[in-house]
Amino acid sequence: MTNELDIFVGNTTLIDEDVYRLWLDGYSVSDAVGLRVRSGILEQTGATAGVLQSDTMDHYRTFHMLERLLHTPPKLLHQLVFQIPPSRQALLIERYYAFDEAFVREVLGKKLSKGTKKDLDNISAKTGVTLKSCRRQFDNFKRVFKVVEEMRGSLAGNIQQHFLLSDRLARDYAAVVFFANNRFETGKKKLQYLTFGDLAFCAELMIQNWTPGAVADSQLDDMDVDLDKEFLQDLKELKVLVADKDLLDLHKSLVCTALRGKLSVFAEMEANFKNLSRGLVNIASKLTHTKDVRDLFVDLVEKFIEPCRSDRWPLNDVRLFLNQYSASVHSLDGFRHQTLWDRYMVTLRSCLLRMYHD
Amino acid sequence: MPGKLKVKIVAGRHLPVMDRASDLTDAFVEVKFGNTTFKTDVYHKSLNPQWNSEWFKFEVDDEDLQDEPLQITVLDHDTYSANDAIGKVYIDIDPLLYSEAATVISGWFPIYDTIHGIRGEINVVVKVDLFNDLNRFRQSSCGVKFFCTTSIPKCYRAVIIHGFVEELVVNEDPEYQWIDRIRTPRASNEARQRLISLMSGELQRKIGLKVLEMRGNAVVGYLQCFDLEGESGLVVRAIGTACTLDKLSSTAAFLPACNSPSKEMKESPLVHPPSHGCRSTHNSPIHTATGSRLTQNFSVSVPTLIYTGMGSGSAGKEGGPFKALLRQQTQSALEQREFPFFTLTAFPPGFLVHVGGVVSARSVKLLDRIHNPDEPETRDAWWAEIRQEIKSHAKALGCHAVVGYSESTSICEEVCILSASGTAAVLNPRFLQDGTVEGCLEQRLEENLPAGCGFCHIPYDELNMPFPAHLTYCYSCRKQKVPDVLFTTIDLPADATVIGKGCLIQARLCRLKKKAQAEANATAISNLLPFMEYEVHTQLMNKLKLKGMNALFGLRIQITVGENMLMGLASATGVYLTALPTPGGIQIAGKTPNDGSYEQHISHMQKKINDTIAKNKELYEINPPEIPEEIIGSPIPEPRQRSRLLRSQSESSDEVIELDLSHGKKDAFVLEIDDTDAMEDVHSLLTDVPPPSGFYSCNTEIMPGINNWTSEIQMFTSVRVSRLSNINLTNQTLNKNFNDLCENLLKSLYFKLRSMIPCCLCHVNFTVSLPEDELIQVTVTAVAITFDKHQAVQTTKTQVEKSSQRASIDNEELLQFPLELCTDTLASHPFSSAKEHLESTSSNSGIPAAQRATSIDYSSFADRCNSWIELIKLKAQTIRRGSIKTTMPVEKASPLTEGHFRQRSAPACANSTVGVVKMTPLSFIPGAKITKYLGIINMFFIRETTSLREEGGVSGFLHAFIAEVFAMVRAHVAALGGNAVVSYIMKQCVFMENPNKNQAQCLINVSGDAVIFVRESELEIISTQQPIASCQPACSGGEIAT
Repeated sequence: MTNELDIFVGNTTLIDEDVYRLWLDGYSVSDAVGLRVRSGILEQTGATAGVLQSDTMDHYRTFHMLERLLHTPPKLLHQLVFQIPPSRQALLIERYYAFDEAFVREVLGKKLSKGTKKDLDNISAKTGVTLKSCRRQFDNFKRVFKVVEEMRGSLAGNIQQHFLLSDRLARDYAAVVFFANNRFETGKKKLQYLTFGDLAFCAELMIQNWTPGAVADSQLDDMDVDLDKEFLQDLKELKVLVADKDLLDLHKSLVCTALRGKLSVFAEMEANFKNLSRGLVNIASKLTHTKDVRDLFVDLVEKFIEPCRSDRWPLNDVRLFLNQYSASVHSLDGFRHQTLWDRYMVTLRSCLLRMYHD
Repeated sequence: MPGKLKVKIVAGRHLPVMDRASDLTDAFVEVKFGNTTFKTDVYHKSLNPQWNSEWFKFEVDDEDLQDEPLQITVLDHDTYSANDAIGKVYIDIDPLLYSEAATVISGWFPIYDTIHGIRGEINVVVKVDLFNDLNRFRQSSCGVKFFCTTSIPKCYRAVIIHGFVEELVVNEDPEYQWIDRIRTPRASNEARQRLISLMSGELQRKIGLKVLEMRGNAVVGYLQCFDLEGESGLVVRAIGTACTLDKLSSTAAFLPACNSPSKEMKESPLVHPPSHGCRSTHNSPIHTATGSRLTQNFSVSVPTLIYTGMGSGSAGKEGGPFKALLRQQTQSALEQREFPFFTLTAFPPGFLVHVGGVVSARSVKLLDRIHNPDEPETRDAWWAEIRQEIKSHAKALGCHAVVGYSESTSICEEVCILSASGTAAVLNPRFLQDGTVEGCLEQRLEENLPAGCGFCHIPYDELNMPFPAHLTYCYSCRKQKVPDVLFTTIDLPADATVIGKGCLIQARLCRLKKKAQAEANATAISNLLPFMEYEVHTQLMNKLKLKGMNALFGLRIQITVGENMLMGLASATGVYLTALPTPGGIQIAGKTPNDGSYEQHISHMQKKINDTIAKNKELYEINPPEIPEEIIGSPIPEPRQRSRLLRSQSESSDEVIELDLSHGKKDAFVLEIDDTDAMEDVHSLLTDVPPPSGFYSCNTEIMPGINNWTSEIQMFTSVRVSRLSNINLTNQTLNKNFNDLCENLLKSLYFKLRSMIPCCLCHVNFTVSLPEDELIQVTVTAVAITFDKHQAVQTTKTQVEKSSQRASIDNEELLQFPLELCTDTLASHPFSSAKEHLESTSSNSGIPAAQRATSIDYSSFADRCNSWIELIKLKAQTIRRGSIKTTMPVEKASPLTEGHFRQRSAPACANSTVGVVKMTPLSFIPGAKITKYLGIINMFFIRETTSLREEGGVSGFLHAFIAEVFAMVRAHVAALGGNAVVSYIMKQCVFMENPNKNQAQCLINVSGDAVIFVRESELEIISTQQPIASCQPACSGGEIAT
């Protein structure tokens, strides 16, 4: 005797968190049943495999019906078919939009196009995330990107409003969208040590300080997705800091005087100062080119982090150096672009400190 | 022109894309009532149109208001071709017709299409202005309130309970009209939905008229059913109990504004009952078009059963003149009535005096399509016949009334089984006529009625019993006789005292039958029916014994007819009533006593059964006080039993139980094993696995023995369709399959709801249908309610003082009996009549006990041993161990305090969100108080698909449909301003599939009462006993710690 039809419909839709996770992770019903059996649920509950199979099928069917609504979370809140308590709705949405660290590191900064989608099986093989799950995560990125791409106002705010995500997750999505839009290179081998958290941290700072939305008076054009073109243009002005030899020497002496005796790597710093400064300033002045924008993180690692790391600078020394390096510019009488320097350096300093680890 | 209906279309949302080019929709709305139609403007290019229409006004008769649904159609405007329908909303405006219910219907309704399901929502506002109509000869009956609830609704008081009202209307089924060949499935489905909606409206109006005629103002326990008879037509029938209800809390009796039936009629000395509209289907607006009639040219009446629990209140002795007077009055009050039936299952205190037992009648009819418009009452005659039979059965039990009455049908092709069942009872006349009887008589009466056991006392004369029965003196009051086992169709009375908890008991049975046509088929079925009834009854009795219990409540026996088989499914809730004697065990006897190994096997089985009984007693906490048996005047002489006792195996697995067929057949609890079938039968007894620890289940409103409900409830519907694989089916394999299907379904439910532990499945309602040759469909609707173990013990203490005092007095009395008697009597008494039963069983019924067969499932033994989450089990044990002393009296008195608990229980979740609509098959919501009844919800939907695979196969299709039905019910309730549906029932779920054509169709009919409830925590009732309540949250928290 076989069950042709087997359903359970509750007035309040039953959501089993464990099964939901298995479904999100892209397991087939039979795989999910296998995993549940291995979790020891049969022993705990005294259920039979048949019961488990039927239960899993039922949950999968429910999730499948809910998926359409999850694509536009506000619909999940207003629909009448599934009565789900708000806390559960939030959980459904949050989990559906959650992504794997391994997966996001592969996709971050890539164009969210069909081409990338075709690569998903490679990514799946590489990361161990099932293809189904990769597809869901990729489609989530793409869906969020499409919705907020042209929107005015705070990027994270828009995402939160349209997808009802938690604050944390909305900010992560903002980073994903920001990276995808600016196509920052993150896949290079030397960047592999950076976690998604590091990059999201940098993205957030850049969104806060380097986009048109960052400037108070440009409310009308409050776009968080692109970098502020005017600002990038202005950054060329910083070049004087390294091009003018007197200014560079003066800057160095100010920094060295202030830090003498405070750094364990003082000698190395003194020896490397000009190189480091040139690196940082050159990165700024090149940002008008799209190609160089994409290589921003590569440049930061090559020009600053790697030299410091090879001289075994402790993190605290890097912090002291960068603080002094930024602050000393204010004492350079001949330099007129103090606000511009701050807008650049405040963000860059925090990014570098975050990125400075093994 | 007695009414003005006003409708406003506000907005739509989430509409489907109807124009592929623009990905948008140009939507407009048609509003139709009767023959009048209004349209809104077209709202271009939007999926969220804002029509904000004017008020569309319909001026209509109140007769139409009752019959017609408001029909709202959303369409997509198309300049060049025909407008495409998006979907429809039918709104039943009946709740607006009585002033105590809703005043406005306003809210978002799902737009429903029979092919696509829900497609967006529409916001509608509906109002009705009614004018007083003084014409007493009117056809309408607005103002009569309808309740699905089978008890007096919570915020009302019953002034008079008038009695039975019934009506049926007949029509041709649009699905079978010639036009159906040329119209689209959608048109056909919509015609059907509309027709049924109209017929229900008409039916309700006609019932209302009858209620007015009886001077009532409400129908309680209203049950409306459809019989889809295929070719021969569509029958919509309804039964209910007419009452005069008085709203509580409002000091002045508040009568409906539109017509105050009782008052109005009393004022006029000349009571002129409206003679028409009563039983006529002639004026029916639907009827005119059709000529189809349902006629009987073949009919078999099936011998029916009267279950144990019998006797008449032995008119006299102590009750004396009062009791006699009572009897007289009641009888006179009831004899005026054609059918003294009550669809109620729970009653106001004092209403139910004695309970006789279950009475039921079945009849097999052959449906025939005969065009005879002049004789529309064939179906009425069929039912009248059956009701007469029920009435005479009740009389035979010394009862003048039937309570917990219900009717049902099962149809397969042209054969139809009509069934009716109820519980024979003696009622208190106080509620049956105007309050003249009240006064000193009533008070005296109440003194005489022993609380908590009165209803168990036999209602007929013990010297003149309709059949042999074993009677003992009541174990509570020791004054009146009680039967040893009591079967009823009602809920456990609130004042009944029980020991331990109850449990769901099911008897399941299949019988193959040959495929046949017409009369031959009907004859075959009617020949099988008595055997099925008998076996179902035997199974119930065996299982009840196995649980160590002595009474069944809420018994519902469903016999389903299919092409090649009959299915019987009986569900009931077993309890241990303190008033009834301790049930004996089950004894197995072998036929071939010489064979040594055989004997050994038998004793092994016996041991297993005894172990199970012991285990069940522990599980359900049945630990009655050791009551030394009195020497009671049993009507049955006992010499034989003594001899039998000698053969029994020490532990006195004692034995008496009777099943009484109306023809005097009897069954005993010695299971005789004479062949392998019988062996399997015994095994099958043991296959029912008890629910995992922390779970209880029952099919009554509340679980006897549990009263500390918390507020979490989960109503659900589960459907399974199984295909019988092997062609060479035997009764045994069929039985096993069916048994497994039901058991597995229950297991799945327990698993699914495991997060709610400790919890109880209440009102578990199984429905079986046989949609095709090899398909069995089982539909279950129930509600899971969580409860709090700790709370029970603590809170009951104060409340049961009274009863425990009484109990202690009882105990003192008991102690006076010599203890030596104890063992002797206990052992001997239960055997009374066992042998006799056995003999009569085999001789009268002609069925060897062996035929009762269901096969063995060894695996379930193992399952039972497996523990539900080990931790919980441990916890449960510690709790039980810790509270043994307090539990006993507490449990005993629990039903008494149930009401109090509901008021005070539940650390209700304060953050219950807006828009949540609870649904429950129960008449109450735990931890909450119903403040208003908004009207009846009665909805009928059809869903069809021609892309079954794309919608996820049969499971996907039905899952989505049922979810949509729930959504539509909730939306209607919310629009009425309510936040819950109580007494919810899915009356029909007819599913048909054709996977080869990628098609499926399903019809669902649901009903219930829309209500507003308020959480008790929000009510802030502070009574003197409240300190206990305040510690409740702490208790529930503390449970985790234990």
